[in-house]
Amino acid sequence: MEVSDLIGAIVIGLAAGLAGGLVGVGGGVLMVPGLAIFLGASQIEAEATSLLAIVGVAAVGAWRQSGYGNLRLGDAVAIGVLSPIGVVVGTVLANTLSERALELMFAAVQVYFAYRLVRRAAGPDAPPLPAKG
Amino acid sequence: MSSRLARLAAIATAAGAFSGLFGVGGGTVIVPLLILWFGYAEREATGTSLGAIAIIAGLAAGAHGLYGNVDPLNALLIGLPAVGGVVAGTAMQQRIPERAVALAFAVLLLGSACVLVF
Repeated sequence: MEVSDLIGAIVIGLAAGLAGGLVGVGGGVLMVPGLAIFLGASQIEAEATSLLAIVGVAAVGAWRQSGYGNLRLGDAVAIGVLSPIGVVVGTVLANTLSERALELMFAAVQVYFAYRLVRRAAGPDAPPLPAKG
Repeated sequence: MSSRLARLAAIATAAGAFSGLFGVGGGTVIVPLLILWFGYAEREATGTSLGAIAIIAGLAAGAHGLYGNVDPLNALLIGLPAVGGVVAGTAMQQRIPERAVALAFAVLLLGSACVLVF
């Protein structure tokens, strides 16, 4: 590993965390390409490794947000505990698809994220809140 | 099963599949659905989503680990700076123009999407 790659990985990690804290998206969607470009991971290795990194980022992010009263712990835990069926389906699919198909699908997800961010930047300051349901 | 629980299970399953397939947290699925179905405010949805993601990503990392694709050293290399970033980002949330951040982030995403495709 070259020093420039190490610095690249650290900068991408920092950017991913900053974006996560500031706009609430973006740990994985930046860390996956960061791992592939700078740390020599294949697409599937990058995705798998990104997930482990996300655990720490999300846990710390949730803890910081709870300080602002923005964490509803009961719902968060319920969603986490109810997720295994989806997790298994997604993981098996990722390991079944070809590397190229996975790359192209991931690129499509990135473009969609970028589109949502641009729309958000172009839109009004805060979206109107929906009625309580 | 109550309809509230059924909705939580639907969110969890969709987010879990997204997470396992793409190696991301699934916040892009969780946040809009918490707002739409449960009337969450945006920041509450983001905070709660992060809590759910910590669990989902842990399960998905374990599942991917069974295939032998998780590299703990690389996770540490990119994850530690990200933890620093999320602490700084949450603290700066009130003081930084959100539009500039959103646009800069969009450019980064499009750039790395191009690297992936070409």
